[in-house]
Amino acid sequence: MSQPAVSAIERDRQAYRRAQARRSTAIAAISTVVFAGALFLAVTRSPGWPRVRQQFFNLEVAGDSLPRILEGLWLNIRVLVVAEVLILIVGLAVAVTRTLRGPIFVPLRALAAGYTDLFRGIPLIILLYLIGFGVPGLRLQGVPTSVVVLGTTAMVLTYSAYVAEVFRAGIDSVHPSQRAAARSLGLTYRQSMRLVVLPQAVRRVAPPLLNDFVALQKDVGLISVLGAVDAVRAAQIESAESFNFTPYVVAGLLFVALAIPTARAADWTAARLERRERAAGVL
Amino acid sequence: MHSHRSRPLPVTLAVLVGAVLAAGCATEDEGAPPAASSSGVACEKSTLQTVTQGRLTIATDEPVYEPWFVDNKPDNQKGFEGATAYAIATKMGFTPAEVKWVRVPFNAAIQPGPKNFDFDINEFSITEERKQAVDFSAPYYDVTQAVIALESNDAARATNLAGLKGVKLGAQVGTTSLQAIEDTIQPNQDPAVYNSNDDAKQALINGQIDALVLDLPTAFFVTAAEIDGSKIVGQLPASGNAQEQFGLVLDKGSPLTACVSQAVEALRSDGTLANIEQEWLANVAGAPVLQ
Repeated sequence: MSQPAVSAIERDRQAYRRAQARRSTAIAAISTVVFAGALFLAVTRSPGWPRVRQQFFNLEVAGDSLPRILEGLWLNIRVLVVAEVLILIVGLAVAVTRTLRGPIFVPLRALAAGYTDLFRGIPLIILLYLIGFGVPGLRLQGVPTSVVVLGTTAMVLTYSAYVAEVFRAGIDSVHPSQRAAARSLGLTYRQSMRLVVLPQAVRRVAPPLLNDFVALQKDVGLISVLGAVDAVRAAQIESAESFNFTPYVVAGLLFVALAIPTARAADWTAARLERRERAAGVL
Repeated sequence: MHSHRSRPLPVTLAVLVGAVLAAGCATEDEGAPPAASSSGVACEKSTLQTVTQGRLTIATDEPVYEPWFVDNKPDNQKGFEGATAYAIATKMGFTPAEVKWVRVPFNAAIQPGPKNFDFDINEFSITEERKQAVDFSAPYYDVTQAVIALESNDAARATNLAGLKGVKLGAQVGTTSLQAIEDTIQPNQDPAVYNSNDDAKQALINGQIDALVLDLPTAFFVTAAEIDGSKIVGQLPASGNAQEQFGLVLDKGSPLTACVSQAVEALRSDGTLANIEQEWLANVAGAPVLQ
């Protein structure tokens, strides 16, 4: 795009706008500094602050507990990655099953609906107990007893029920005319689903999926109730040994650090989606 | 059996931190010895103000269990607490014939109010809360940690600490048991850590862990009453920082507290308590100390 010729009046306007922008930036900066300063002073000058700093922000304890918490966090990350892949596969399968048309698929649809009802409804921690302690209690040959495998299974069951509903909302949001147009071009049901409906549906639900992913990042730690030592449990152990809450703060900061890239990715995906749809509208 | 309730570290910690934050002052030494100073007190039998003059009335619950008592008969002088009670009585100058037993429910004994006994021996853990309502003697037992396993598991045949190195161990989070695994056993693989002993017991039954570390009184109860086919592999050597101790319960402000504490401390220093513990907990009850 070439820069159009700018009149003197327009240049004045631009200069005025720049001045206004600088002024707002300055005000914002000063206001932020004053607010942060007041907050800092209010916390650090409170009568209990030395004790709180000792109990929650103790650098020595933080350093001592960090290796163990990182070891736990590595377990969280591994479970997270495996679980997320399985969740997307199972969730998409359940969602597609729920949208199958035709009376012959009634039992499958009912099964898929029952699945989402059951596993969205049951509290995750109870499902973890049932699967993590109940399944190995059967003492069947070939059934895994590893708490990590069983815990991941429970996470997948619960989260894929949520994710299936997100996918289904995405599929339903694709206008029926798209499907009709695909079929009129001679595509089969499967082809129209795969080539026309799902690409649009998945793109549309990417932001809520990333939202669920961030929630999962923290919930994978719940497998610690089965005996595995994740970051939060490692912090709990360190905290009990040192009589100090700093390990919790360390684990909390690590989780925040883990969530930030996902949050930025969600923002970026949403912005890109908006650009695409706006662009289509403008053209 | 309602004998005792262990206090996980987080509870203690939360109470400690909460109290400190609220008060805004330093109270670092929460773990101070529970007993009042008991030295230099005249404890002549003739001057003791017991419930019945010339006799010592001791209370415990109905029924009582092994290994603390044997056959629910406190007066047979058997079991860890039966033997301890008579050792204390003897130290205070009473003959076994002068000891009279009464049965008082556990929860009634630790309520404030007049008592029909001189002291009660019933696995009472000494806690700050209970000290508001009753007196405690000097502790006669430091709770140790014990390893339990299913008899079908190889871990049940370990005879020393080295035999537990390769075992998958479990414990409740924030307890002395977990610390004992890390400090005393130092196993090759990381222990499984559970929210509660109930979760850990289920994992033991399922075979997800080979052995479970609990405090010894709980281990006796779990192996005797809760998990069929389980046994105590052994006790872990005392680490020196026992967080839980048993004390005798006396009426609040009882004139006997100092004398009873003095007798308990004398039995501890002359090795009598250690001998009773070895006989009734390690030998008879089958909880050898693993070295």
